[in-house]
Amino acid sequence: MDNKQIRIALAGNPNSGKTTLFNKLTGSNQFVGNWPGVTVEKKEGKLIVDKEVVLTDLPGIYSLSPYTLEEVVARNYLIEEKPDAILNIVDATNLERNLYLTTQLTELGIPVVIALNMMDLVKKAGDSINVKELSRQLGCKIVEISALKGDGVKEAALAAIETAKNGKTVPQHTFSGPVEHALAHIEEVTVHNLPEEQQRWYAIKVFERDEKVMDQLKIPADVRTHIEKDIAAAEKELDDDAESIITNERYVYIGETLKGIYKKKGKGQLSVSDKIDRIVTNRILALPIFAVVMFLVYALAMGKSIADGGIAIGTFLTDWANDVLGGAWLTDGSRAILEGWGAAPWLVGLISDGIFAGVGAVLGFVPQMLVLFLMLCLLEDCGYMARIAFIMDRIFRRFGLSGKSFIPMLVGTGCGIPGVMASRTIENERDRRMTIMTTTFMPCGAKMPIIGLIAGALFGGSTWIAVSAYFIGVAAIVVSGIMLKKTKMFAGDPAPFVMELPAYHLPAWGNVLRGTWERGWSFIKRAGTVIVISSIVIWFLTSFGSVNGTFGMVDALYEDEDLVTDEYVAQVADRMGIPEDEVEPMDDSILARIAQPASVVFKPLGFGDWKPTAATVTGLVAKEEVVANFGIMYAYDDQEGEEELEENGDQIWDRVADDFNAFSGGHGKLAAFAFMIFNLLCAPCFAAIGAIKREMNSPKWTWFAIAYQCGFAWVIAFIVWQVGRLFAGGMNIVGLVLALVMLALLCWQLFKPYKEAQKLTVK
Amino acid sequence: MKTLRDVSVGDTVKVVKLHGEGAVKRRIMDMGITKGVEVYVRKLAPLGDPVEVNVRGYELSIRKADAEMIEVE
Repeated sequence: MDNKQIRIALAGNPNSGKTTLFNKLTGSNQFVGNWPGVTVEKKEGKLIVDKEVVLTDLPGIYSLSPYTLEEVVARNYLIEEKPDAILNIVDATNLERNLYLTTQLTELGIPVVIALNMMDLVKKAGDSINVKELSRQLGCKIVEISALKGDGVKEAALAAIETAKNGKTVPQHTFSGPVEHALAHIEEVTVHNLPEEQQRWYAIKVFERDEKVMDQLKIPADVRTHIEKDIAAAEKELDDDAESIITNERYVYIGETLKGIYKKKGKGQLSVSDKIDRIVTNRILALPIFAVVMFLVYALAMGKSIADGGIAIGTFLTDWANDVLGGAWLTDGSRAILEGWGAAPWLVGLISDGIFAGVGAVLGFVPQMLVLFLMLCLLEDCGYMARIAFIMDRIFRRFGLSGKSFIPMLVGTGCGIPGVMASRTIENERDRRMTIMTTTFMPCGAKMPIIGLIAGALFGGSTWIAVSAYFIGVAAIVVSGIMLKKTKMFAGDPAPFVMELPAYHLPAWGNVLRGTWERGWSFIKRAGTVIVISSIVIWFLTSFGSVNGTFGMVDALYEDEDLVTDEYVAQVADRMGIPEDEVEPMDDSILARIAQPASVVFKPLGFGDWKPTAATVTGLVAKEEVVANFGIMYAYDDQEGEEELEENGDQIWDRVADDFNAFSGGHGKLAAFAFMIFNLLCAPCFAAIGAIKREMNSPKWTWFAIAYQCGFAWVIAFIVWQVGRLFAGGMNIVGLVLALVMLALLCWQLFKPYKEAQKLTVK
Repeated sequence: MKTLRDVSVGDTVKVVKLHGEGAVKRRIMDMGITKGVEVYVRKLAPLGDPVEVNVRGYELSIRKADAEMIEVE
């Protein structure tokens, strides 16, 4: 034996038990990553039976067509990397469709071993499959396995290794006369210089006029016309297009092959899965059952904490992680320890308020997320997730979303981070990206205080403000969905529309727990860095600044009476437009300094003042910071006063109202409403941005999402402020015209017709 | 021309021909809806679309707009 490492690819249909088999074959020796250039997850592992053998888990696919990302990824790997063998898992309870992929895999010139899964279920139903004969007909070894129980798994692995070393698979099935005739011609004129074992696969693809293969082969025009004649002749004779002829004949071949091999005992009797499905997707009961399931998912993960009499174990653990682990232990604890060591104040600040506060923010979301992922994995594994798409498809597809987008949106009303992460269950890349981009438009729990502050300070506590916030959130999702699906970035790829509804089964706990952990860990790992770094940056911007010409931590500098002279305080008060007794160290922070000129951006939205600008920026750390910062900026002092600032900023309502009225020329309500809209729709907090980055897995798409959200928020707030003043008085004609132009563009994008794409843009 | 869209729930029909082209058609065929195969229409989704059909022994969800491309007997 040579020392070359053996590589085996695991291929099979979705829902065929592929993940279970992969876990059984590799145990804990797994590495998760992504296929180059795409967001499709790539898993590799070393076989338990032979650590020298690497098993690559291909995406679950039904075919090797050029139309879905997963299929293109899988076939590129098989053709370019040429693994030593393919282990093809085939679901015995769904033999015809599973073997359709097998007929394509055997043409690739790579030895194939079939792991025939769920044979126990076939036997239990009283059916029988003549495995020996099937193996002979297909020309490859078949091992009967039960991935769930672990039966035959080792044998399948050993068979694959054996085949990889000295096996060969020659495709056994042939197409009809006219097709074979054309294939022979194609092989002769175009693919003869390719490796011999791959020639048949290429010839068939050329016959199918597979765009991606045609591009790759760069067939000269004259040869193309020549073979086109052969293809056209076959098409005419068989009265169908070439691609359909091939597909059709594969299924015909499988049907013929199985005739004497697969014996069904009973026909027409309902399986357990059928019986469950009759109730679960029943026309009348489906929606109530769906509502109950969704309620449970929400209530257990995001709802009222157990500590407050609810059932949400997720919220309970996250509260604990935020308050005790993050707040008390990490932030306060580290501060106490560092101060005890006599560390410099800036170092204490950096470590406690910068780094550990950031780490705490990451860790805080993890428990809630794990509980949520656990439930999503359960729903997926037992087969209900596909039914959610089935039930909700009609509504969501209009907005360029998937029926499965419902879950991220629902979870997003609690917290956008798990909401964005929940988009993972959406297979289609386009639908998933769209869901990631729009989920955080839902007003999350942390945005509630902002709404409370605005409603309380300027609208007399009207509940309509909160209602309008939800309405705006939903409208933003719908409008964005419709607009974006017509753009070039989204219109590129075709969406799948035919979906398998897999049989219900009891969840495999190993898979569920592993899936839960993988998702949670990937959040910590990839979102974590973004969150920690940005927390440090914001900490720096708010704590440092220059006081009377000396740069340093503003809190410390303000204790120096030589620096903070009465004269200087008067200057600051003048610069910030506040009374002298309200001057705070924060007024000299870098943030306050840059907020002043930066507030120009928000002038056209009605709140171009440094306070709302600074609050909006700190809202990036966490949206609840917005109200807390208003507290600081409007000089609410909880050190000397008795009570702490209420969550909705109760005590500063009058000051906020006065200030908004002052800087907006008497249109405080409108300016405050525009401020609220901007903060609801603009980029979410850093933690959610981290989640977006993790799920998009592409800097380009992450930036696009953030830019779109901020741009959209700005435009909507602009329209509200400019058009609103038409009614409230004090209108600005230039602003109004611009607002109407923007509105018209939005409407044009909303109502212009568009056509679904047919081609996949990925190579 | 009768299409899969027109078939009532509970009926079984035989596929005659597939219309349309490209990704949509290929996907339908990849999932096993090909010429001559029997399709049983099991149910409509609660909101009236998509349709659940049984083909080659498994359950498939297909939108009405796409079912229109499938000509049946």
